[in-house]
Amino acid sequence: MSTSITTNGTKSATVAKGNKAGDAATWADERLGLAKANKLMSLRKVFPDHWSFMLGEIALWSFVILLLTGVFLTLWFKPSMGEVSYQGSYDQLRGIQMSEAYASTLHISFDVRAGLLMRQMHHWAAMLFIAAMLVHMMRTFLTGAFRKPRELNWVIGGLLLLLGILEGFAGYSLPDDLLSGTGLRIADGLVKATPVLGSYMSFFMFGGEFPGDVIIPRLYIAHVLLIPGLLLALIGAHMLLLVYHKHTQWPGPGRTENNVVGEPLMPIYMAKAGGFFFMVFGVVALMGGLMTINPVWRFGPYNPAEVTAGSQPDWYMGIAEGLLRIMPGWETHIFGITMSWNIFLPGQIGPIALFAIVLAYPFLEQWITGDKSEHHLLQRPRNAPTRTAFLAAMITLYGLLWAAGGNDILATQFHVSLNAITYFMRGAIFVVPVIAFILAKRWCISLQRHDNDKLLHGYETGIIMRSPEGGYSERHLPIADARAYKLTARERDEVYQGVNGTDANGVDAPNARVDGLRARLSRAWFATNVQKPTVAELEEGHHHAEAELEYEHAAGLDHQADGHQYDGRHDVAGDDLTHKH
Amino acid sequence: MSDHHDLVVPEATEEPIANPGLPEHLPRPTDVDPVAEKRAERQVATLFGLSALFAILTCVAYFAVGKYDAFLGLGASNVALGSGLGLALLSIGAGLIQWSRKLMSDHEIVEMRHPASSSEEERSEAVAAFEQGLEDSGIARRPLIRNSLLGAMGALGLPAIVFLRDLGPLPGDKLQHTVWKKGMRVVQDVDGARIRPSDMQIGQLVNAEPEVFFETNSEGEPVIEGTELLQEKAKAAVILVRMHPDDIKPWKGRENWGVDGILCFSKICTHVGCPISLWEQQTHHLLCPCHQSTFDLADNGKVIFGPAGRHLPQLPLAVDDQGYLVATSDFTEPVGPSYWERG
Ligand code: HEM
Ligand code: FES
Repeated sequence: MSTSITTNGTKSATVAKGNKAGDAATWADERLGLAKANKLMSLRKVFPDHWSFMLGEIALWSFVILLLTGVFLTLWFKPSMGEVSYQGSYDQLRGIQMSEAYASTLHISFDVRAGLLMRQMHHWAAMLFIAAMLVHMMRTFLTGAFRKPRELNWVIGGLLLLLGILEGFAGYSLPDDLLSGTGLRIADGLVKATPVLGSYMSFFMFGGEFPGDVIIPRLYIAHVLLIPGLLLALIGAHMLLLVYHKHTQWPGPGRTENNVVGEPLMPIYMAKAGGFFFMVFGVVALMGGLMTINPVWRFGPYNPAEVTAGSQPDWYMGIAEGLLRIMPGWETHIFGITMSWNIFLPGQIGPIALFAIVLAYPFLEQWITGDKSEHHLLQRPRNAPTRTAFLAAMITLYGLLWAAGGNDILATQFHVSLNAITYFMRGAIFVVPVIAFILAKRWCISLQRHDNDKLLHGYETGIIMRSPEGGYSERHLPIADARAYKLTARERDEVYQGVNGTDANGVDAPNARVDGLRARLSRAWFATNVQKPTVAELEEGHHHAEAELEYEHAAGLDHQADGHQYDGRHDVAGDDLTHKH
Repeated sequence: MSDHHDLVVPEATEEPIANPGLPEHLPRPTDVDPVAEKRAERQVATLFGLSALFAILTCVAYFAVGKYDAFLGLGASNVALGSGLGLALLSIGAGLIQWSRKLMSDHEIVEMRHPASSSEEERSEAVAAFEQGLEDSGIARRPLIRNSLLGAMGALGLPAIVFLRDLGPLPGDKLQHTVWKKGMRVVQDVDGARIRPSDMQIGQLVNAEPEVFFETNSEGEPVIEGTELLQEKAKAAVILVRMHPDDIKPWKGRENWGVDGILCFSKICTHVGCPISLWEQQTHHLLCPCHQSTFDLADNGKVIFGPAGRHLPQLPLAVDDQGYLVATSDFTEPVGPSYWERG
């Protein structure tokens, strides 16, 4: 920075004279000590660049858009279930009894200019928010960015996703149209299935029997105050930790575990991220203007005796819906009580278990691998085959459940029997993820092999050489230094051997069993991974290439037929095939 | 510095290829060519100018485009405002990004990392401070104080929970009863019209409700209205279907629950409570649109497919002295989603 601020306590701090901005900065610093904040988070803080680092940013900016559009909606929305007769400008519903919430949503949609735009932007941004969080989470997972010291930020991220989904469900319920009321009815059924307390919980939630007249005001305050407050606090913590840990980076020339290479917050990232905010905002505005979403006026007010066919919740509820749909109808009636496994398992245990696994994942992996060191360099997904395969299995499961959540739509679109789809899904969710796991793991490992081939034998030029004897072979050329370095810039995996690998005497039995399990898991985790070549292997590879070259000379070629001439990848003047060490 | 304070760096010797170090900075055309620089500057300023223009156009559209005009089946005002705002925002965004990419210095900077943990000194200082605090409080030496404090804090949790008691009334037996009772007429849900058996064809399904939903008291006020109406509807909505009497296989005790092949079932799904409406008259199957539970109405509303765990409750029917369909009692079991004490 060009300005330097000094304070000596007696004289007022001085910045470059006659500079308005400098004067203002001095004024503020003398009262707030702002310049000290620059130590905590420098204006020139370095952030590394990669397209995938943008995903979290999309989530952040969608949240900001939700705050802005949401506040606009609160100016007209009436969170009340009191009944009114609709008198607004939408002809088809005029004179019909409905809740004030629904009537005010119609008012926002038809009688407030830009009201429909804000409603639709709010809804699109909500979808984008959750989608971006999910994809951001996958990126973090695939690249190992959740490893020490960032495990807690992973947990915060998981909570953000959970809260985002709850917030979305609360918002979706607010307009009190037929679809949102049906969603609440399903929530009521889920709550009632809770062992022992179900009906009490339902009555406390709805202030009496479903639907009651308090659920919309209660959801409203959760939607505009409680959950956004929590989200804001957690997002703040997420960002603070991000700054404290400094962003991870991809390995590459000059990038190590001990540094971070990139461009400074001010001005580059202020401009880039700020510009990106406007881009996301702009895209959401176009979507709100051009793409209809949740046209509540078509559904009509909520009526517990009516439903529309093919009703679908927002996409992020899809897997809960799928779980509910494919679960067999198991219910136990015994000793005068009813236990609804068909709802309790998919509706309560399933989602809780799923989230528990997500939140605990970094700790589970750490326990299996025994890895206790800090990691700031990202891993390529192929270099963590088991983890990548696990995600492939999870995505497959997610996709299947999501499809199951639309089984009626699949059935009518593809003319398949609904029952057949459901039976298929019941089996598929157990089988297909396993297949996906195996395929993904193999694929990763073959990519790893391919990387090693490139390091040891060079890349395939696609140039076929004919030897004097008439044999043909493809020319391989060494890859550039920087690329070769990138390929080797990863750690060697170490299989955990177990403390009592050789003698089992010292350790008592239960511990030994846990330890044995851990060693076995670690083997399953790592054993088939391909490790990067050792120095010796690499040298041998190069000798081989040199030998080939000499052979060509001996064969009487008057210049190096190294192939660079033909593939045009780089200038070959003064190049020989030996690798530069 | 202590051991744990150093990052674990793999030993350089085992690395097959040494880190070649940061590549040299290559200048961009805008760094070396004043023409390119000027052009980029103009581009950025043009984008900002465009943005302002779109912002103004958006305001014009706010007043100029009629609220109720349509455009391609969408609200014209909505399309105009969304497009204008969107383009204004996108132009600013594009301008900022172009500025940062083309004109701001793009020299990479290296910043060193430090381990997340504190240094050994900082840690022992903190531990010492904490222990001194503990020591001064004497909490370890006075378990009586510590335990009674913990007890008091725990007890404070009770009012926090008890105060929530009035969130809602207790369920009591509300979930076991509906407004149906002996003699209550079964009427059309749209207009409250009474139904004679002869009004229904074989294979027909009628959405029906108890007549009390349409009754008014002496002052002309509805007997049940508002929230209460919704609550009762959520339990009492029914469907009437007429099948060939020979197709019906009633359970024991249900032989006389129908009238000429007309049966009445709860409309509320026993899964999680959606109203059911998709009727296949050939198979007598009723399908719930929410999660596709399928009930066989010729066979006592038994579940034949899907996640529901229980048959649909059936309402016993008769004909009153004026020839209209009536219930002969309330449902004999709770309707709607299951709950623990339902039995
Ligand atoms: C942070 C995440 C948020 C999400 C995921 C979210 C999601 C939603 C959704 C899906 C709707 C239904 C929109 C529709 O009618 O189609 C909604 C409605 C609403 N939201 Fe949000 N929202 C969020 C934050 C906020 C905030 C911060 C506010 C206000 C301060 C707010 C205020 C409202 C209001 C007033 C409605 C009802 C208006 C209407 O439906 O027309 N929301 N929200
Ligand atoms: S509510 Fe009917 S199947 Fe789920």
